[in-house]
Amino acid sequence: MPELTTVWFWIVAVMVTLWAVLDGFDFGVGVLHRFVGRSDTERRQVLAAIGPVWDGNEVWLIASGGAIFLAFPRLLAAAFSGFYLPVIFVAWALILRGISIELRSHMPGALWRSFFDTTFMLASLAVPVLVGAALGNVIRGVPLTADGFFELPLFARGNVLGVLDGYTLLCGVLVLVTLTAHGANWLVCKTDGVVRARALALRTPLWLAAVALWLATGAATSVVSPDVFAAARTAPMAWLGLLLVLGGALTVGLKRHGELAPFFGGVAFIAGALVTAVACLFPVVLRSSNGPALSLTVTNAASGAIAMQSGLMWWGPGMLLAASYLWWTLRHFRGKVVAAKDGEGY
Amino acid sequence: MWHAILLGAVSPVPMLSNPLLWHRLQFAFTIVYHYLFPQLTMGLALLIVVMKGLALRPGGEAYGTAARFWVRIFGLNFAIGVVTGLPMEFQFGTNWARFSQLTGGVIGQTLALEGMFAFFLESSFLAMLVWGEKQLGPRKHFAAAVALFVGSWLSGVFITTTNAFMQHPVGYTRAADGVFSLANFWTYVLNPWALAQYAHNQMASLVTASFVVTAVGAYWLLRGVHLEQARLNVKIGTIAGLFASLAVAFPTGDVQAKLVATHQPAALAAMEGRFESGPRADIHLIGQPNVAKRRLDNPIAVPAVLSFLAFGSFNAEVKGLNDIPENDWPTSIELLYYAFHVMVGLGTLFIGLMALANLARWRGWLERHRWLLWSMMLAFPFPYIANTAGWMTAELGRQPWLVYGLLRTSDGASPTVHAGSTAFTLIGFTGLYFLLGVAFLFLIGREVQHGPHADEVPHA
Ligand code: HDD
Ligand code: HEM
Ligand code: HEM
Repeated sequence: MPELTTVWFWIVAVMVTLWAVLDGFDFGVGVLHRFVGRSDTERRQVLAAIGPVWDGNEVWLIASGGAIFLAFPRLLAAAFSGFYLPVIFVAWALILRGISIELRSHMPGALWRSFFDTTFMLASLAVPVLVGAALGNVIRGVPLTADGFFELPLFARGNVLGVLDGYTLLCGVLVLVTLTAHGANWLVCKTDGVVRARALALRTPLWLAAVALWLATGAATSVVSPDVFAAARTAPMAWLGLLLVLGGALTVGLKRHGELAPFFGGVAFIAGALVTAVACLFPVVLRSSNGPALSLTVTNAASGAIAMQSGLMWWGPGMLLAASYLWWTLRHFRGKVVAAKDGEGY
Repeated sequence: MWHAILLGAVSPVPMLSNPLLWHRLQFAFTIVYHYLFPQLTMGLALLIVVMKGLALRPGGEAYGTAARFWVRIFGLNFAIGVVTGLPMEFQFGTNWARFSQLTGGVIGQTLALEGMFAFFLESSFLAMLVWGEKQLGPRKHFAAAVALFVGSWLSGVFITTTNAFMQHPVGYTRAADGVFSLANFWTYVLNPWALAQYAHNQMASLVTASFVVTAVGAYWLLRGVHLEQARLNVKIGTIAGLFASLAVAFPTGDVQAKLVATHQPAALAAMEGRFESGPRADIHLIGQPNVAKRRLDNPIAVPAVLSFLAFGSFNAEVKGLNDIPENDWPTSIELLYYAFHVMVGLGTLFIGLMALANLARWRGWLERHRWLLWSMMLAFPFPYIANTAGWMTAELGRQPWLVYGLLRTSDGASPTVHAGSTAFTLIGFTGLYFLLGVAFLFLIGREVQHGPHADEVPHA
């Protein structure tokens, strides 16, 4: 029987991965929105491809946050307050994204639509970059104090750490490009005609860039956090992750004209990259740059045993329900989407 | 001066540089704003289920048309509720990090449950409800409405349970370093405070929804348009409105008041502006709390009623603030006093208005009395005010505690976030939410103008 804390570590990892994979294509679609859709009808087709699912996908973020709150409250407290401004920026970007998708259809004017198309794109750009940079910070380490908190300026200056430096920006760009490629995969599956053709044309270069950036980030990690990088050799889950990355990249490369195969290849790539990263960190959940003794780990960041046991009691049924809603939605929404008549859909 | 600072009586930084103030302002602003939307969502979800249920019967098409109109409003309202809910979740960690660090082992439970069991349900079926009527057919579309109703009422359960722990902590243990841990899941989720709070809050949200439905019906009647639909809305709105207004006062409000009296004596004393302790306590209809002089100015009082309402006996002893140490007093007694009086005052008026509207509708003289229609139309903002005032009563009454009696609000804020950051983000939220509000009101206004048959005539 593995430790409760280990179980919850992987529960959180699974939920965050589901958020990345599911909401990931919403962000990608948002980034591509203005480029693959040129007329209003085409853009409505793009929106129809994510309209019924984006909010449910975003709930994986809320549910992951809930799982962290339940199991590792000290991680939530340290990370959210330490990354105060970036976290609030993410909240603002998510507000803009939701509003852009939901209000656009109610505002028939061409200027309004153009406005919402741009806010949708900017918001969808900002979230992956900021979340990627946050992940980079977790790998690079933050100046945790004995109290379990830290303070970081937004920008690195000289040898003062900051949320955004070369390494964390690289992580941000990696996440952005990967999710954009993932969004292109989704559009190829869900649309047809000219929107699909444009997404198809963009997808291969985007995936090439994603794989190149992933390799570059790996190399940069070996410089910035050599011990995290070295942990890959001894962590079995990291091997599994690398296998997924490799398999995913190969599938995307070999099935360049397919629909479902490259989509799931992309899913494997994203999941594999995340699993590798967290497996290399385990048991650390937030690395300290002031020496490893101050790092938050699954043990010293954990809540109590009863909280974790009670959580396990309902987590399984909850996941089953969430999965069944997802299945129900996707079934009702299967096949290619077309732009609805104005006023009858996104 | 140093003497005072060292003893903690005077804050060494000027008031406006104190991050605690900005955290509190930001949280209060964003939660009050967020809750403007869910209160309509939850009440309206129930009314939509009722309308769609009636529409399933033979000859119920008119109810179907009414439901279709309200689903359009619901969709817009829901969208703003969703996007303003997310920052609430974040702020536990960003602004109240110490609180999250200490209590996450308890309240993390219900916040995680809410995502799993309520938000997935709501978000998965919203698009089906708003856009899916043709595709799903009447029965499945009705099922989607039920799913939304269940989901939104479940979010209410989990979030009130979270709040109830802060009001009346149960089911926890506490270590020497101050960290709270869950001791018993069922004790925690079946907190008696949560049950009372939930019942009262859900009835209050039904008040909001029925006043809104009534107001739209009254507006169409006054303009002489869409008469059949207008009458239907007024009928549903006033019946639900009377029921909910009564239920908000009794039994649910009464139970809440008794809980406060038993467990939060300082809150009760401040809500009533009561400084002296003693039996046969008066209830104050009017009066201004003068905290410096420790008295209520210009009071109009009804003797012994407070004792009766709080403890069920006219002779019961009710504690006054004079017998409570000053540093356990709620931090804004004036606001708390008015919040409570606004809520109860409006609640009384709601019962009167809805009783009159139902009587008039039943006797058939409603449409001849335009002043009554005007009142029904203009009444819809007041439940929003009452709901906000109610939450301010609960939250200000809880002060100076974050977890009542155990953890002070001043010990819960994020230690590393300074006033500059929070002032910046509060300004950002204010601007963003202002624009959201303008867009929302504009779009709702347009839907109401289009009327209930908007889907049968081409969109302008
Ligand atoms: C339409 C809105 C509305 C109306 C008319 C009323 N309430 Fe209320 N009240 C609420 C909406 C509300 C609320 C927003 O839903 C609160 C905040 C927390 C809660 O559970 O409900 C609340 C809280 C609240 C509290 C504070 C509980 C605490 O400190 O935690 C008390 C004592 C009452 N109510 C009592 C009453 C009484 C005696 C009413 C008599 C008419 C009444 N309320 C009308
Ligand atoms: C929707 C209705 C709610 C409203 C209108 C509301 C209102 C407020 C207000 C006015 C404050 C500031 C009080 C002060 O600092 O003097 C506050 C603080 C706070 N509330 Fe609420 N609240 C609501 C629901 C909740 C819920 C459901 C929770 C918990 C799950 C919650 C948690 C908090 C916290 C953590 C603070 C900050 C600490 C404090 O000032 O005590 N609130 N709220
Ligand atoms: C600190 C307190 C609160 C937090 C953290 C919070 C969090 C959230 C979040 C994250 C969402 C969006 C869910 C989605 O994406 O689908 C949401 C929506 C919602 N919340 Fe809140 N909320 C708070 C207070 C409240 C209160 C007091 C109530 C009611 C009692 C409430 C009821 C709802 C409902 C019904 C929705 C669905 C959307 C809507 O109705 O507009 N929330 N909330």
